[in-house]
Parts: sequence; C-alpha cells; structure tokens
Amino acid sequence: MALRVNDLRVHYRTLKGEVKALDGVTFEVGDGEILGLAGESGCGKTTLGKSLIRMDGRMRHAGGTAELDGAELPIGDDRAMDRFRFREVSIIPQYAMSAMNPTRKIGRMVDELLRARGAEPDGAELRRRLDLVELPHTVLERYPIELSGGMKQRMVMVISTLLDPSLLIADEITSALDVSTQKAVARTLTEFRERGFVRSMVFITHDISLTYQIADTIMVMYAGKLAEKAPADTIVTRPRHPYTRLLISSLPEVGVRYSDRRLSGIPGSPPALLDPPAGCRFRDRCPLAFDRCAEEPPAVEVAPGHHVSCWRS
Amino acid sequence: MNREALHFAVRNGKLLVGLAVLLPLLALALLGPALAEGDPNAYVGTPAQAPSGEYWFGTTMFGQDVFAQFVYGLRVTFLVGLLGGGLAALIGMAVGFTAGYRGGLVDEVLNMLTNIVLVLPALAVLLVVNAYLGVRSVSVQALFIGLTSWPWAARAIRAQTFSLRSRDFVDLARLSGVRTWKIITREIAPNMSSYLFMTFILLFGGSVLIAASLDFIGLGPTQGVSLGLMLNNAARWSALHLGMWWWFIPPGAGITVIVGALYVMNVGLDEVFNPRLREL
Amino acid sequence: MRRYFGRKLLVYGLTFLVAVTVNWMIPRFMPGDPVQSMIARANVSQPAAVEAMRAHYTSLFGFDLPLWKQYANFWAALFRGDLGISVWLFPTPVTDVIVRAVPYTLALLVPAILLSWWAGNRFGAFAARRRWLENTALPVGYVLTATPYMWLAILMAWGLGVVAGIFPVAGGYGFALRPGWSAEFLGSLALHWVLPFLSLFLVAFGGWAIGMRNMIIYELEADYANYLAALGAPRRLIRRYAFRNAVLPQITGLALQLGVLVAGALVTEIVFSYPGLGHLILQAIQNQDFFLLQGTFLFIVVGVLIANFVIDVVYVLVDPRIRTGMGGEAA
Repeated sequence: MALRVNDLRVHYRTLKGEVKALDGVTFEVGDGEILGLAGESGCGKTTLGKSLIRMDGRMRHAGGTAELDGAELPIGDDRAMDRFRFREVSIIPQYAMSAMNPTRKIGRMVDELLRARGAEPDGAELRRRLDLVELPHTVLERYPIELSGGMKQRMVMVISTLLDPSLLIADEITSALDVSTQKAVARTLTEFRERGFVRSMVFITHDISLTYQIADTIMVMYAGKLAEKAPADTIVTRPRHPYTRLLISSLPEVGVRYSDRRLSGIPGSPPALLDPPAGCRFRDRCPLAFDRCAEEPPAVEVAPGHHVSCWRS
Repeated sequence: MNREALHFAVRNGKLLVGLAVLLPLLALALLGPALAEGDPNAYVGTPAQAPSGEYWFGTTMFGQDVFAQFVYGLRVTFLVGLLGGGLAALIGMAVGFTAGYRGGLVDEVLNMLTNIVLVLPALAVLLVVNAYLGVRSVSVQALFIGLTSWPWAARAIRAQTFSLRSRDFVDLARLSGVRTWKIITREIAPNMSSYLFMTFILLFGGSVLIAASLDFIGLGPTQGVSLGLMLNNAARWSALHLGMWWWFIPPGAGITVIVGALYVMNVGLDEVFNPRLREL
Repeated sequence: MRRYFGRKLLVYGLTFLVAVTVNWMIPRFMPGDPVQSMIARANVSQPAAVEAMRAHYTSLFGFDLPLWKQYANFWAALFRGDLGISVWLFPTPVTDVIVRAVPYTLALLVPAILLSWWAGNRFGAFAARRRWLENTALPVGYVLTATPYMWLAILMAWGLGVVAGIFPVAGGYGFALRPGWSAEFLGSLALHWVLPFLSLFLVAFGGWAIGMRNMIIYELEADYANYLAALGAPRRLIRRYAFRNAVLPQITGLALQLGVLVAGALVTEIVFSYPGLGHLILQAIQNQDFFLLQGTFLFIVVGVLIANFVIDVVYVLVDPRIRTGMGGEAA
C-alpha cells in the first residue's frame, strides 16, 4: 500500500471553537492507484488533501496517522514534513493560475526551487516533460504572466511532479477550466502515472463524472467522514450509500458537471461541524433513515474494496 | 459594522491602544479650553518659567501659558485633520468612484488629473498659495490641504471600485435600471465602507502633519494658536538654546501622539476587517 | 513600454504646465492692483529694489496686454531662466540664489531618501512575522513615521547639539569659514550635515520599515508562497521572493512619498538654518520675497518631476510585468 490513512482527524481553529472538518477517516491508496475524492464543499476533502502535504495555519492535527510507503508522515509538524514534501508527496494546487512567482522567469524559479531542495536540476528531463504536456521550451524564459491559463496549469503540473513523488494530490485543479481542457488535464495526469512520474494520486473534485474518467477508486465523503469507497465503476453503477446514490442520480448525465452549489436533488444541508450530532451525519437528509442511525455506522467492507458507512447497506 | 468585525475590534490591541491614546486627547481638546480660560496668547505669568503646579507646562519666553496654548492647539489640530482629511476624502471618493465606475474616457481624464495633482509636491503648492493669502484662518488652511491631498485616496478608491463594479449585485442593480449615483451610494460604497474609513484616517493624519509644517514655516493661521505655531515660536525665539524644553516638547509630542495613534488604529482596523491579517 | 513612458512623460509635462500656470495665476487672485499691493506689502526700504520690483511685475503682468500675451511673456521669461530679482538678496537674480542653495538640499535629501528606503525595507522585511521584533520595533516605527520632521529635528538639535554638545546645530558650515576645498571646511561641512541628515533619515526610515512589514506579510500569504511552502522550499527562498515582490510597491511608494520627503527636508533645514531651499523659503516668506518663493517652488516641482521619472525607469528595470508590456498601469 502506498498510502495508509488511519482514523485521521484534522480540526479548524475558529473563534467559536474547533470545527471538526476531518473527523476520523480511514482508507488506503494502493501503488499506482488513482483515488478520486468527491463530495460537497465542506465535506472535508480539501482538508484531507491539505493535511497530507501542508496544513494551513488554522488547521490542527487532532489525531490519527497517515503512512506513506511504510513511513509515517509527521502531519502536525510543519518542519519535519519538509523532508517529504515534493520528493514523496506533492500537490497541484487549486490556484495553479497564481502558483508561480510573478516576478521570476519560470525556468529560473524551477531551478532555484530544485537547488533549494538539494536536487540537481536536470534540464533535459525538464524539457522532455514540457514536450509531453506540449509546452514550448521557451516557457522557461518567460514570466508566468506571459502564459495562458491552460499553459500555467500544465506548467504547474510539470513542476509539481518533477521529483517523481510517490503521492500526488490534485486539489480541484479542474474547476476553473472548460470541459475540453478538463479532459486534457485528466488525460495528462493518467499519462504521468503511466510514465511513473507519480506512483499514486488523490484526485479531489466536486465533479463525480470527471472523477469517473480518471479514477480507479472513488471515495465519497460527507461531513468530515467517509461515506463510501469503491472501484469507480461500482460507485457509479451500484452505489450502496444513500448519499452516493442521490449524488449519482442528481447528475444530469455523465459528462455534464455540476457546480459548487448545494445539490438541488438532496433537500437540507450538511450538519455544522463545530459540534456535529451523534450518529450518522446524513440522517437528517436521508430518505432511508431509521432508529439505528442514531448510532454512528462504521465503515464496513461489503464487497472486496467496497466500503460503506451505512446501516442500510 | 457586523458582529464578527466587532468581536475582533474589541479584542484588537492596536485598535484599543490607539483609541485609548486618542480619546483622552480629544476630550482634552474639547473640554480643555474650559479649564484654561481666556486668551491662550495672553501674557499671564513670569516669562520662561519651567513647569510648575501653577503652569503645568511652564510659560513661554513672553510669559504665555504653554498648557493653555497646547490645549487650544490640540483643538485646532483635530479641526484641521477633520476638515482637511474630510474634504480630501470627499474629493477622493467623488473622483475615485466616478473614474472606477464609469471607466472609459471619464476614467482617462480623471486619472490624468489625479496623477498631476499627485506628483505636484503638496507642501510647495501650499506654501505659494498661503504666502499670497493676506489673512489665513484654520478653515482656509484645511480647505487648501484638502484640495491638494486627495489623489492617492482617489487612486485607491478607484481600484477598489473597479473590482466591485463587475460583481453580481452591481450588475443586478444596473440591469434593473438603478441610477449610477444610487448604485455608487447604495451598492458600492457600503461594500467598501471599512476601506473608506481607513482612508479617511490616513488623510486625517496627513492633514495634521502638513498643517503643522505650514504653521512651522510661518504660514499658519494669522490669529489664534496651533501646535505648529507653538513650534514655530519656540524655534524662532531660540527656546532650544535657552533650554526651554517645555516650550517645544509638548506641541511636537501632541502631534506625534495623535498621528501615531491614528496610524496604529488604522493597522488595527485593517486586521479587524481583513481576515488574512488576523493573528490566531 | 513605449506607451508606459509616453503616458508618464505626458503627465509630467502637464504637471509642469499646471505648476507654471499656478505660479502665473496666483498673484492675479489678489484684489486690487497686484503690482501696488505687492510693493506695499513687500515693505522694501531700498528704492532701487522697489523700482526693480515695479519694473519686473509690470513686464510680468503687463496689464495693458491681452491675457494670452501676458501668459506667453511669462513663459518666455521662464525659458530665458529669468525668475526675477530677489528682494531679500537684492539685486541677485532669483535663479542664482536658488542654484547656490540647491546643492545643500540635494546633499541632505538624496542620501536620506536612498538610505532610509534601503535600510527601512531591509529592517521591515526582517521584522515581519518575527514576534518579538514586531512587538518592540514596530511601535517605534509608528512613532517615528508619525513624528513631524521639524519636531524630531528640534529634539535632535536640542539633545545631541545643545545639551550633549556633540554636533553643531546651525548653518551648513562654521560661521568663521569660507567655502572652499580645505580640509577644515569639508570637515565642518560634514559635521553640520550629520544632524539634519539623521533626523530626515529616521522619520523616513520608520515609514519604510512599517510599509515593508505590512507588504511582506501580504506576500507571504500569496499563492506562490503557499505553493513553494507546500513543495518544501526553505523559508529563506520564500522570504527572498516575498521581499523582492514587496519591494516593487515600495518603489511606487517612493514616488508617492517624494513630496512628503521634500517637505520634510524643507522644515528640517529651517530648524538647523541649513543653507538649502528650505532656508530660502523661510527667508522669502519673512521678507515677502515672492519672486524667490515662486522660483523655489518651480525648482522643487522640476526636481520632483525628474526624480519621478528616474523612479519610473528603475521600476521598469525591476518589474518584468511592465517590460513585457503586459502589466498595464502599475505605477
């Protein structure tokens, strides 16, 4: 197993108290696997992605572990994480459009970054990868502002994977792009995996239909918890969790994305995570809820590789 | 101000320190003249007396009460800041909103005007203008300060307006046929009210400093007293060489403390309204 | 880039036009006959000075001429370098009086501006996000930047000059000396320069340090800084980038602050009776020498415009976004 996450809890410090954005999630990502991470905004998927590489100042590691290739990631320790960043775990951020220093030529920035990490810049390899994403070599002599949005996106993809990390986190990287570009980005990511630039990947998105195109496994999260995790086909064709079912059925059709608003198909909204209610968190919106849901449902492996947290599954 | 901002405001050290310094001085400026009655320029005591129980800040070399002058001077300082800073804020808002919202040729012309006034060194202009004025009063001084110190505010407000103008709620208002000035006053200005307030604070401080410089050079109000004039008199009558520190320390300290408190308050407000700067 | 400089030069040209026009117009706002009231107010005892003033004002205002002609004459005189005759130092031409004072002002202003900018930025960047420094040094910075220039100058003159007796507090050089290249004169020049320089430097330093500290905090929160941190880049690299990016708005800030800095130099010179433009202005006001005042005004405006242009050039050299023609209106 490349990544093994065990009961990971990450809280957000706010004025009113700690928001339990990620409240005990356990899962694994295999070697060479692409895990699609889906759910409404606020379900904890971005928190999960961030905590695997760099938590922001308001996040606190409240418990649980994450193990990468057998070594435990020091999630709460910003300094100790540096050793893993870029080399073992890397990220393509949401903000790829503004991820590069605007006042450095791209080539120079990459060079300085690599040297600062103690890696000898390999110009030939860099250019090979630029070819792969169809960027002209001259981009290295340009400033970020001179590149189009799509070019910046591809450039960041190349930079992030330059040291062949074991795990790549792609956080909502397609939400700013149009449909055809989204598909191209998804194809590139799969190609990166095939060529061994990255071993496994966590692909975070709102868009289940896009996830379906590239992910081997899809994990659906709800209110800081795992709802269902299964091979992509299974999630789309035979979902077991009522939330996943509603999520899938609320998609107009595969290929049409829904935007970051609350699902119109599911009435109600997720519970506040400041002080989440006991029991199943989907209970209030669930058409199938019954007495037992007052008790928290554990994630059960109902079929090989298919985990569901629901008493009805 | 919404509740979240208020929550941070009452916990923001910088804001509180600024207010704690400013409010007593304001109270002194408002009430002080009642304490120190009479003409602050009257010759009341023995000349060149060091601070004592009778004259808290001592007397000038002509026997004027420095404390009385200080208290009246504070009042003038606040007045100049309020009038000059207020006028500059109004002009800055008018120019900034119009340029940012209308765009196009109007923007070009206003931008050009802004840049011209911006590069003109304000104090130099004020020197020439004031030198020709036979009789100078605090309000005329504030008027000219306001007329010369608005450009950076106009530019900042223009940029903010520019980014607000394409927002949904502004589009909606525009589509429903709301008139331009109404959109500006109802939709745009309230959305940057905190920013406008901070701009005013900085303009207030700037006006105080410019007025003090003018007074010091000898182009202050022809009648009355101000902190800058006190410095001017102290320097002119060699308070330095005579060691009459009580004559030149209070007025300068008054200006410094007022302006410094304003600046610190401004940073505090920035932290209150700008979540990214909040420290946790 | 051509467009960038074109626009800048247009603004500077127009500014100069406005400054000259203001200079020409202001005397006209005075009620009554400006020539008469000017002479009456000038209160000049020397008959020769009165005659010179009358002649100059009449040729300047030329009331029998149409307005446009008066205006044109004013410009023509300006291009001949004729700014009138000083009343205070009658009969020296104003231009000569000013040219003699300018080196003193520049010697104060240029080092004070450059050094305070450099040191303030360095210090502000260093203090940012270092808690103990932010809590101790920044309040000092706020006090410094809120201090009126003349007051700090007075305090320094009093503390280091009158009380401690380390530095002289008046003049540009010892009264007994004659300007020349002797070591004695140069030493005295340097000694007289220290306090005015230091008080200008300190006030400006506080402002730059605070500006830089606030700017760099924004930069450290910027997306590129987060990305670099996520890739494990050392803090040193991130801070270096943040510093460089934060310096750009500080360069623009320098252009914006020029007027304030010049004003600071003027009042500082007055405190120290330093023989620069500030001293001239004080004399001009006390002696009702309007030619001298207006001439000094024009000199200051031209100086500020030149400095602005220099800053524009520097900005283009350091900000790639303007060079590549995609930065739009950045300054």
